[in-house]
Amino acid sequence: MSEPSIALNNSEQAVTREQDLISSVQRGQHELFYELVRPYERRVYAAALAILRNEHDAEDAAQEAMLKAFANIRQFRAEARFSTWLIQITVNQALMRRRRERIVPMEGLDDRREEESEYAPRDFADWREIPSEALERKEVRQRLAEALATLDRKYREVFVLRDMEQLNIQETAEALGISVASVKTRLLRARLMLRDLLAAGWEQGWFSRLPFEKGNKPW
Amino acid sequence: MVANQRMLSCEQVWREISNYVDGDVDAALRSSMDEHIRTCTRCASVLAGARNVVQLYADERMLDVPAGFSQRLEKRLARNATGSGTRWSSWSAWLVPVAAVVLIAGGVLLTNSLTHGRFIRSYHAEPGNRIPADLVVVVSDGSKIFHVPGCPFIHDKASERTMSAKEAMQDGYVPCTRCLRQYLKTGLSGHSAAEVAEGANAEAADEPEEFVSTAGH
Repeated sequence: MSEPSIALNNSEQAVTREQDLISSVQRGQHELFYELVRPYERRVYAAALAILRNEHDAEDAAQEAMLKAFANIRQFRAEARFSTWLIQITVNQALMRRRRERIVPMEGLDDRREEESEYAPRDFADWREIPSEALERKEVRQRLAEALATLDRKYREVFVLRDMEQLNIQETAEALGISVASVKTRLLRARLMLRDLLAAGWEQGWFSRLPFEKGNKPW
Repeated sequence: MVANQRMLSCEQVWREISNYVDGDVDAALRSSMDEHIRTCTRCASVLAGARNVVQLYADERMLDVPAGFSQRLEKRLARNATGSGTRWSSWSAWLVPVAAVVLIAGGVLLTNSLTHGRFIRSYHAEPGNRIPADLVVVVSDGSKIFHVPGCPFIHDKASERTMSAKEAMQDGYVPCTRCLRQYLKTGLSGHSAAEVAEGANAEAADEPEEFVSTAGH
């Protein structure tokens, strides 16, 4: 029973620590900036990668986003979540870069198709839950990343921001400059397409060499 | 037992399954969906799959970065923003011209305060502008100073030569601050060269020869 309250205290402490760091950096202790953003560097990179799809571009855009966040740190207001603010800057930076370098061509026709076509989930009678312990294996993480990479850009971007970056629907819509309804539609499609891909992978034995653990049978 | 609830089709359930996972459906729709899923294995499988996807991808371990990413990021931040010595973010860049103006203005003020009312150069560099051009003066070897005849501060009296003040100045001589004082600072006039020399003599009695006088300042 005591565990949740400990966890809560820890997260409260983390929030207080983050607020302290933000005010210190705003007051000129610039050397603390990296400590402030370090917990989010992986999320920043993942957001940039979702949009740019190229490791080198994503890393550079992530660095640029961090520099931009640093230059604008005084404009950050405590009402917002710092992580959300940082991710939004990153998405902006990556979208600007993609427009500038025309990394991906426009997808006009595709956009019109999205709301019309009806989805029918593939029927997998023997769907089993993939335990999160499976993520310990690099191979499993790679399979999941590959499945995500096969999604069309518009589904992938929404899915990454909402389900990996943990932005809410409204924040995702603002970051990508699309409507809330579009976010919901794309998110639904993305989740169900990934469900199909993972279920197929399950059938093909992607996750078959899961370690046997007590109380956690993979079948 | 569910006769009072509208029956949902599988398609209707799929369309709302994402909102359902997010808890973004109203109570009536939720209970209808619950009822459908309880009896429909296919929709139960879709729900389980969607939940699994959300749970797996939300895991921190899914956020892989390339090897060395953190080090490169930290280095770039230190180089371009947060490092000591070389950071000029946009809000502090205006300090550069301000500091320059302060330094220049301070220098000018300091110079003024040092030069106002007194000399920072030796009297020996005083130009003899007010000295009559045809005044007969004495110069000697070993010094670039000219004097009125008889001045006790003439070096190497054996090599004395006379010339006009104009010639002396053209040759780069500067006036003696004792015997030619009247033309320099005090502005005394109407005294003969002999009187001036006498005054200089009296002064010489209580001053060593080498001493560069700053008396009266």
